[in-house]
Amino acid sequence: MVLQASLKNCLQLSCILRTPKVGFRSTTSGSLIIQSTSDDVYQNLAVEDWIHDHMNLENRQVLFLWRNSPAVVIGRHQNPWQECNLRLLRQKNIKLARRRSGGGTVYHDLGNINLTFFTSRKKYERMENLKLVVKALKALRPQLDVHVTDRYDILLDRHYKISGTAAKLGRTTAYHHCTLLCNADKFVLSSVLKSPYKGIKSNATPSMPASVKNLFEEDPSLTCEMLLDAIAEEYATQHQTDHHITLINPSDETVLPGINNKTKELQTWDWVYGKTPKFSISTCFNMVYKDSVLDVKVDMDVKHGRIDVCNIDLPEQWLPPAVCNELVKSLTGSKFCPNETTTLAATLLRVCPQDAELQSRWNLLCENMIMLM
Amino acid sequence: VCIHRVRSCSGIRFIKSKYVCVFDKSALKFSHQQRLFRTSAVSCGQIVQFKLSDIGEGITEVTVKEWYIKEGDSVSQFDSICEVQSDKASVTITSRYDGIIRKLHYNLDEIAYVGKPLVDIEIDASKGVSPEEDVVETPPMSHEEHTHQEIKGHKTLATPAVRRLAMENNIKLSEVVGTGKDNRILKEDILNYLAKQTGAILPPSPKAEIIPPLPKSETVPAAPKDRARKIPVPVSRPIVFSGKDKTEPVTGFHKAMVKTMSAALKIPHFGYCDEIDLTQLVQLREELKPLAQIRGVKLSFMPFFIKAASLGLLQYPILNASLDESCQNVTYKASHNIGVAMDTEQGLIVPNVKNVQVCSVFEIASELNRLQSLGSAGQLGTNDLSGGTFTLSNIGTIGGTYAKPVILPPEVAIGALGKIQVLPRFNGKGEVFKAQIMNVSWSADHRIIDGATMARFSNLWKSYLENPASMLLDLK
Repeated sequence: MVLQASLKNCLQLSCILRTPKVGFRSTTSGSLIIQSTSDDVYQNLAVEDWIHDHMNLENRQVLFLWRNSPAVVIGRHQNPWQECNLRLLRQKNIKLARRRSGGGTVYHDLGNINLTFFTSRKKYERMENLKLVVKALKALRPQLDVHVTDRYDILLDRHYKISGTAAKLGRTTAYHHCTLLCNADKFVLSSVLKSPYKGIKSNATPSMPASVKNLFEEDPSLTCEMLLDAIAEEYATQHQTDHHITLINPSDETVLPGINNKTKELQTWDWVYGKTPKFSISTCFNMVYKDSVLDVKVDMDVKHGRIDVCNIDLPEQWLPPAVCNELVKSLTGSKFCPNETTTLAATLLRVCPQDAELQSRWNLLCENMIMLM
Repeated sequence: VCIHRVRSCSGIRFIKSKYVCVFDKSALKFSHQQRLFRTSAVSCGQIVQFKLSDIGEGITEVTVKEWYIKEGDSVSQFDSICEVQSDKASVTITSRYDGIIRKLHYNLDEIAYVGKPLVDIEIDASKGVSPEEDVVETPPMSHEEHTHQEIKGHKTLATPAVRRLAMENNIKLSEVVGTGKDNRILKEDILNYLAKQTGAILPPSPKAEIIPPLPKSETVPAAPKDRARKIPVPVSRPIVFSGKDKTEPVTGFHKAMVKTMSAALKIPHFGYCDEIDLTQLVQLREELKPLAQIRGVKLSFMPFFIKAASLGLLQYPILNASLDESCQNVTYKASHNIGVAMDTEQGLIVPNVKNVQVCSVFEIASELNRLQSLGSAGQLGTNDLSGGTFTLSNIGTIGGTYAKPVILPPEVAIGALGKIQVLPRFNGKGEVFKAQIMNVSWSADHRIIDGATMARFSNLWKSYLENPASMLLDLK
């Protein structure tokens, strides 16, 4: 039953999406509420891109509802090394995505809902959207103390942030999306959003850390589904359209032609890491080697995610200068990435003098360099 | 009157710019050349200051976060110029004009102001605005007869680029038949006309211009008398392939590979190949797979290949050695750290299983599982990737039979395993049976390894695999 309904909805959507200029043929008005069937952050971000690039929003507005399995999403102009604990992300298999809108870093999991308000460029109005969300929350639970700040955050009990906002404006269309914390894992959230990397100097947009709280903590009877439904209801009322949520599958090329390419692009290293504005790292660390402790100072400039300039200051003669230079030369131009550096270091080791002492020092230094990434 | 018309038209597109204006058809009625001149818009090479347009929400300043173009680049209308950010909103600024970027007014991370110039664009008059408009801007040195001409009561329409082409070739527009919208003269019409005149095939313009399709179809049939004049001379345009070579520097991992492989080239390689009948091993693996599965390990053929290689190395330790740089000393390595070539997104990586000589087949399988999952997650450590003494490359999982593997320094031997194929072979009784055949290709360092040693090692390795029970005798 449900499947049939959603199929029908998908076809209807395909009708709309393929002939946008013709407009909505049905009797209801132009606005549309759609929900993603996927919890993959890249697929969902790709849907946003697709709608932004392909839909004619002159006379229609769209509300897109989505949720993701654990992921950290950084803003367009941010530095992932500055914003989160990449090591922890890799260990816990939490995805890292860079969205196309501005703003700060957020942690998503299935206890967090995402809302995207698509409008024409002229009708871009974030405050209205957030007031809509607050109105929906109050309609659902009148006793909730929620309000919108002038920084476009939604606060619970005047103190806890439950929603963050970001936006993207193009030539003719715009979108404003925001999160809403229902029942996310706050422990993971706080640990992944804490960066262990020191000595980073950058002009990337910084995030403003805030105390967060789940709506669930305030009222345990609330679920994500209830929130999504309440917001859809309010949107439908305000836009005089059906309270009817169309499901879309973000991997369906017939409904969203070209979507899979967009998804792929969002996952490339060049987008996620390579788009980091240039930054520099200036740090030092200690290495313990056979009863002695050594101080190492490292200075690096990273551009487009690649090491542009690299300087390693080692105690004299701890490694033969030729060997050290080889490392620096190879690092220059390579990705600021632990995997790349590991394979690079191991490969270079093959052409180093085959001296066990030398090799263990090399490995120690490389491991410490990798820790910076 | 002219100026008024400018203002009323300006609502369409060019709101703030004083320089560009768009005339509709009725503007043709203007007979005063001078007036057209004064108020007329963009001439060839005029620089326009493209101002940062309103962002909305009362925002007056933004930060420039990324430039998509640089000075000297050519842009088309609607191309992205830069990305700016204001208070959590990222805005893509697109170009209003076709032309060449002459100046960027801000550096990265500088604050840009709404209403102030963002970039200077040199407008290319011939490409000017979108073809939907009837463009009648006149170039400064226009000749009377090239502006509007009357052929039998019709005025000729032509874009400035077409007019220039006609002028350069001393063609009277009145003599050319237009095949475009409203009998507009197109570039092809000029070329056709010229080809007819000179009987030659003309080369296309130096810039491979893609002539924009006009909104009304070009298949408006010409009047009969025009048809008589037009001898269809095909102007052959070479097929324009717009792909460009892309050069990028060799960096990071690939740079390291270049170094390693260049060093490998210094090793005099010799090859030795053979085929192995794995029929019995295939059967054995089928029996053991579920047992390994119960213990949580995926069992492939590699653990058997690796263990058999280690048993062989015990007999022929020179294959597990290393020659120093000056070729003065050979070091026989005690540990059999057998490397397994893996293909990842990165490229080729070779983690190794340490101390195979004291590992059971099951332990090797378990270790391989660990290395494989780390490898595909891109999380292999330096320890896993260094210290190898001998390498096997199972290229057969991708395909192939025989190969010519390259030795990875500082090792002295390597084996490449082809795919397992079912082939007909003769058994001892002279009967044909189905055999599972795999090819192996060894390469070894001829400075310290000779052919006979390689052959004997290979035979031993082969015998272990063809008759797995014999491995039991020599397992430690």
